[in-house]
Amino acid sequence: MNWDVVIGLEVHAQLQTASKLFSPAPNAAGATPNETASAVELGLPGTLPVPNAEAIRLALRFGAAIDAALATETIFARKNYFYPDLPKGYQISQLDAPIVGRGSLSVVMPDGATKAIGITRAHLEEDAGKSVHDAYSDRTAIDLNRAGTPLLEIVSEPELHSAQEAVAYLRELHNLVRTLEICDGNMNEGSLRCDANVSLKPAGSETLGTRTEIKNLNSFRFLERAITYEIERQQLVLEGGGAVVQETRLYDPDRDETRPMRSKEEAEDYRYFPDPDLLPILLTADDHAAARASLPELPAAKRARYETDLGLTASEARLLASERSTAAYFEAALTAGAAPKGAANWLAGEIAAQLNRSGESLDAFPITPAQLAGLLARVDDGTLSSKLAKTVFERMLETREDADVIIEREGLKQVSDSGALESLVAEVIEANPGQVEQYRAGKGKVLGFFVGQLMKASGGKANPQQLNALLKAALGEPGEG
Amino acid sequence: MSLDTLSAMRRALEAGHTTAVALTEQALAAAEANGDLNAFLHLDTAKARAAAEAADARRQAGEGSALTGIPLAVKDIFCSEGDPTTAASKMLANWRAPYDATAVARLRDAGAVLLGKLNLDEFAMGASGENSAFGPTLNPWDRTRVPGGSSSGSAAAVAAGIVPATLGTDTGGSIRQPAAFCGLTGLKPTYGRVSRWGMIAFASSLDQGGALAWSAEDVAEVFSVIGGHDARDATSAPGTIAPPGALLSAPVAGLTLGVPEAFFEAVDSALQGPLAEARAQFEALGVRLKAIELPFAGDAVPAYYVLAPAEASTNLSRYDGVRFGHRCENPVDLDDLYRRSRGEGFGPEVKRRILTGTYALSVGYYDAYYRQAQRVRRRILGSFTEAFQSVDALFLPTTPTTAFKLGEKRHDPIALYEEDRFTIPANLAGLPALSLPVGFSNGLPVGGQLIAPHFEEGRILSLAHAFQQVTDHHQQRPMARGAA
Repeated sequence: MNWDVVIGLEVHAQLQTASKLFSPAPNAAGATPNETASAVELGLPGTLPVPNAEAIRLALRFGAAIDAALATETIFARKNYFYPDLPKGYQISQLDAPIVGRGSLSVVMPDGATKAIGITRAHLEEDAGKSVHDAYSDRTAIDLNRAGTPLLEIVSEPELHSAQEAVAYLRELHNLVRTLEICDGNMNEGSLRCDANVSLKPAGSETLGTRTEIKNLNSFRFLERAITYEIERQQLVLEGGGAVVQETRLYDPDRDETRPMRSKEEAEDYRYFPDPDLLPILLTADDHAAARASLPELPAAKRARYETDLGLTASEARLLASERSTAAYFEAALTAGAAPKGAANWLAGEIAAQLNRSGESLDAFPITPAQLAGLLARVDDGTLSSKLAKTVFERMLETREDADVIIEREGLKQVSDSGALESLVAEVIEANPGQVEQYRAGKGKVLGFFVGQLMKASGGKANPQQLNALLKAALGEPGEG
Repeated sequence: MSLDTLSAMRRALEAGHTTAVALTEQALAAAEANGDLNAFLHLDTAKARAAAEAADARRQAGEGSALTGIPLAVKDIFCSEGDPTTAASKMLANWRAPYDATAVARLRDAGAVLLGKLNLDEFAMGASGENSAFGPTLNPWDRTRVPGGSSSGSAAAVAAGIVPATLGTDTGGSIRQPAAFCGLTGLKPTYGRVSRWGMIAFASSLDQGGALAWSAEDVAEVFSVIGGHDARDATSAPGTIAPPGALLSAPVAGLTLGVPEAFFEAVDSALQGPLAEARAQFEALGVRLKAIELPFAGDAVPAYYVLAPAEASTNLSRYDGVRFGHRCENPVDLDDLYRRSRGEGFGPEVKRRILTGTYALSVGYYDAYYRQAQRVRRRILGSFTEAFQSVDALFLPTTPTTAFKLGEKRHDPIALYEEDRFTIPANLAGLPALSLPVGFSNGLPVGGQLIAPHFEEGRILSLAHAFQQVTDHHQQRPMARGAA
């Protein structure tokens, strides 16, 4: 039997504000547990929440970026449940009247096609603290540093149809929140977290199947693997004549499987109601306009511009525009004078390879965009062959010096002086009469031997094109044999 | 006459006839002599004496303000830094607030000498003062009777002559009803006037801090200090409060007072005489009386007893035994920790309201209870708005009876809820309301209530002040403890 896979994602993005969502306490990780938890985060008697205007601005910026309906009146509600790391016994969240209504995100799918994925809503809520189970042997500790951190919960429509599409959507969203500078996107630190709702239905059926929710997927890889596993699991259940149970599941990366969370006997009733400590927040047309005006160039627009204005290929444009730091690096290199094609090649080639090896991010890359532009300039003016350029690049990684400094000090200039090269050619021909004989007898491949000898003699600095031409001039074409 | 009003103390201080230290010693002695009232949950003599000395120094330096050196006390639902703050609950018996409520901080900044924390119904839930985990408060007019609640200690401490003014809170009548039972003037300002920061929450959309004192003049003095915008309370109203002189001096002649006749007919016959005399007195002051109706006001009590418990049920979720407050011994697991900590820490009335409120917010009941009650609330506000088209303020009884006997209504929660039926409508509508003494019945004070449109505290304070210029009910005192 064929199945249609239906996936929707709920993404929690921690907003990069200076203070917490409802208190002036710093929105920072905190070196020691509970260091950044103020009386408000501790839920002490008599404390009150005051909404953070910056969090509201950042949420509106996101809404503007996905071309969503922005609220004119938004309401905070209490979601009530008891948990030790939820200090007030309720989370301040939003149910009715979320700050961001329906919008959509343009996603480059695995097949290269672009598809608009609906975003149902995005709402503001406060993060909970953390239960720490491994600090003491016989008890659980509570760290409330994270409590009160502003979160934007972004809920997609169930319009994704494979694990790969889900990953593509999450990558796009990840890049968007970073481009908007509303979230640092650091998934392994939990700045961006993802829950996936997965269900199957018979191919072509209109009715959605029963879904399961997989919680807290904190990397693209885990998202892909968890969904892949869950699709197979549900398929086995359905094809075995069983029914999928609507439940919350956890992904265990060590075993690469999803497991049901300890299920509650009854469905949780969160008793949502408008938080009486907070009045409805009225947002004006000016607030909406300011959010739109605050938008940087968005990834989709960047991709289009790279293709049409800079003449890059679609895949180059996608590679460069789909990651905020890559785009920023690329554009800084252009500003410093690099040609788009050259910069694109280096970013896709040597730089990507180096980042892969080092595991570092481009933000911490030892070679600055201006230094890359400087290196490319020496390739363009013929000072460096592409091989020499790679050598200089390696040296730059170590010393963080400009290309010119290294070229000068280490004499890594490509030798293009034909007088100097001609005498080298003459020397090498004279020193290898046997090979000259072979060449003339018709072994054209021997030319490679001479090139090798010459590069060696020049310390790798000879201009290879010129060398070929000079060799052929001196030896003539290989004989007929 | 002894120095027992805020204005008299202030004049004596300004004239150099007394000192903050002397007034504080007098207050501490009175507190001691009236220990049987159980008005105070915490009395900090050392801190009070130090504050009194500081106040005297301030006055000697030519600094300070009206409240500098005046001994005051606050309901133990206001956090005060370093002090026990219990909300009269076993749950918080050993909790000390690490910060001052805004209202408390403003009193301190003004140089008031804070004596300590006053008894109340647990978490401000009650109308008799009997729901305190630390025992009931007695009424200084008759020690066999309740002082009213929930600001029981706030009323008893003034009526007994311990301090000239106190802070209370009013969610459904908790300032006005005890003021009426104890012969005092009590103001519940417009919702949002007095910051709720540091005021332990009962029902956030209804809670409002205010003052109790003998006269409108003294109440205005305290209100002008504690009121005004506070950025730490998102529901705080913008703007500052006019100085007391301005709050008291609005002309009253020519104003129209709406009198909802149905309310006057609903009170105990013993109260009808004093209330009728008060109406005549207002007319004598040039105030026009106009009979009006307040439709839906009869629905106020049921709506209130859905909304207030609903908010309370979640406001009180933080008392879980995890971070502060009562924690049960040796919990076997998390559920046990929650159940026993909360089961042991909360008193029966608090539990009743948490259960009621939880029910009202539950799936399947939300629309029938919570949403419906919100609708009623909007209609009640609509009734008031309509009434204020043709009248400047309202006059009505504060309570259906005078102070009742201790234990009389203790086991009848519905009868106690009905105690608040004249005071609850102003809370639901967020309006400023004031209770003032209008006479006596069988030696017990009778209160009358004034309600004004939003932010018009000055209008009802001026009406009460004018009334008190030509009456002496607010100058009556209970027989002093130890007197024959």
